[in-house]
Amino acid sequence: MSDNVPAPAPQPVIELIGAEVVSRLAPDTVTLTGVTWQVLPGEFWVIGGLGGSGKTDLLCTLAGLARPARGILRLFGDEVTPGYDYDRLRDRLRVALVFGEQGRLLRHLTARQNIALPLEYHRPQDPGNTARIESLLEFTETRPWADELPSSLSPAWARRVGLARALALKPPVLLLDNPLAGLDPRHAAWWLDRLDELWRGHPVLDGQAATIVVAATDFRPWRRAGRRLAVIQNTHLVPLPGAGAALEDPAAEALAALLSWTHRST
Amino acid sequence: MLITLGVMFARLRSGRDILRSLVVTQIARSGVALLPMASFLALALGLVVIGQTVSLMSRVGATDLLGTVMVTAVVRELGPMLAALLVLLRAGTANVIELGTIRATGEVEALEAMGIDPLHYLVVPRVVGMALGVFALTIYLLLGALISGFLWAFLQDVPLTPGMYLEQLAGALQAMDFVLLALKTFLFGIVIAIVTCYHGLAQPLRLEEVAAATVRALTQCVVFWVILDAVFIVIYLVA
Repeated sequence: MSDNVPAPAPQPVIELIGAEVVSRLAPDTVTLTGVTWQVLPGEFWVIGGLGGSGKTDLLCTLAGLARPARGILRLFGDEVTPGYDYDRLRDRLRVALVFGEQGRLLRHLTARQNIALPLEYHRPQDPGNTARIESLLEFTETRPWADELPSSLSPAWARRVGLARALALKPPVLLLDNPLAGLDPRHAAWWLDRLDELWRGHPVLDGQAATIVVAATDFRPWRRAGRRLAVIQNTHLVPLPGAGAALEDPAAEALAALLSWTHRST
Repeated sequence: MLITLGVMFARLRSGRDILRSLVVTQIARSGVALLPMASFLALALGLVVIGQTVSLMSRVGATDLLGTVMVTAVVRELGPMLAALLVLLRAGTANVIELGTIRATGEVEALEAMGIDPLHYLVVPRVVGMALGVFALTIYLLLGALISGFLWAFLQDVPLTPGMYLEQLAGALQAMDFVLLALKTFLFGIVIAIVTCYHGLAQPLRLEEVAAATVRALTQCVVFWVILDAVFIVIYLVA
């Protein structure tokens, strides 16, 4: 009998309904309108858009750093309301944002202290903290720079420390802002491989498959199978049908618009 | 100030170890690191105010008013103001520049993304540290000034024994002076911290705007002190 009962649909971890996303630098400016979109557990989304299209604003909204001007944002089924900051801290800790550029590390802390900060703040005196920090240094291969200040790190390595810091509390959802920007092929390949591992389940997240949302200016490095794509075009987020293969479908108008820029630059 | 207090009490249990070390750092910046400069100022204050006053009053035969003059001029006014000025110039300016840069480089967002309230992590330790720093530095400065003042008087052959000097000071000091001195110095420190943190953090700054924000913060701190000082003068007169 039980075989005939359909499995319940998975609850979205992130859901936007008719949302207006605002600029984090100018909160009165709307960068994305009418965003209706959901991210299911275990999905790997790549959001493409040109510079200034609102990708980072969208990620900041998904991370709970900004509220949509209109519409609804739900994290793990709970609507983000004005009282969110204090009441929904637990949800925020389940959605980690990895910043681009130099990872926005705190400049007065060493790489190790940056990674330790969320652990020591939220789980002080946890005997597992030290081992956790070491495993994250191992995972991101940043141990040689563990005691360096961010100013001594190259942007590529600083960004890896940013990833380690974001993973510290074992978040099930990872948001990454243009992680490949400005990286040489070696570092870019490292990120693509590590994100794949996290998506499929890595010991650093206790083997749980992470849900990943990446913002990118170029889809081409993200062509591996299984990833879902969305394009930001004219202040709208346009999810593309299917996974991965949509890249090969030039009929998708929004994708074609983005690719036209990509092709011009190659 | 109310928001800072609210955050401080609402998050008493969060990140205690981290906050404690940050408070210690701020006390070191606003107190311990300023001791050499405070010693120099204490010496100068002793020479300029106390040494000369003692000398002048002994010449006109009014040495019995010495304690009153000391307490009124040095303990109530100059000591707290100089200590606060020192903290403002050295630690307050650093505050605006540091926090303005933190804001401009997006580190505040990084803290928020980690679920760390920037007010709790950046402002609360500065408020506590600077309040304690100004208080401790004032006590140090006052003791230094009173001792150096006597030394200057001694060097000028003023007929004043240490016993007489202490007796006059003790006679002029009231219990209320200790309470108000503590309150005043804590408030001076809190004003420095709140105003400088506000100018560093409240608005998104571009790096080139940090210098102007620092000047604004310094000016406002001085204005707030004068107002605060006027309030305390009224309290002293009424009490």
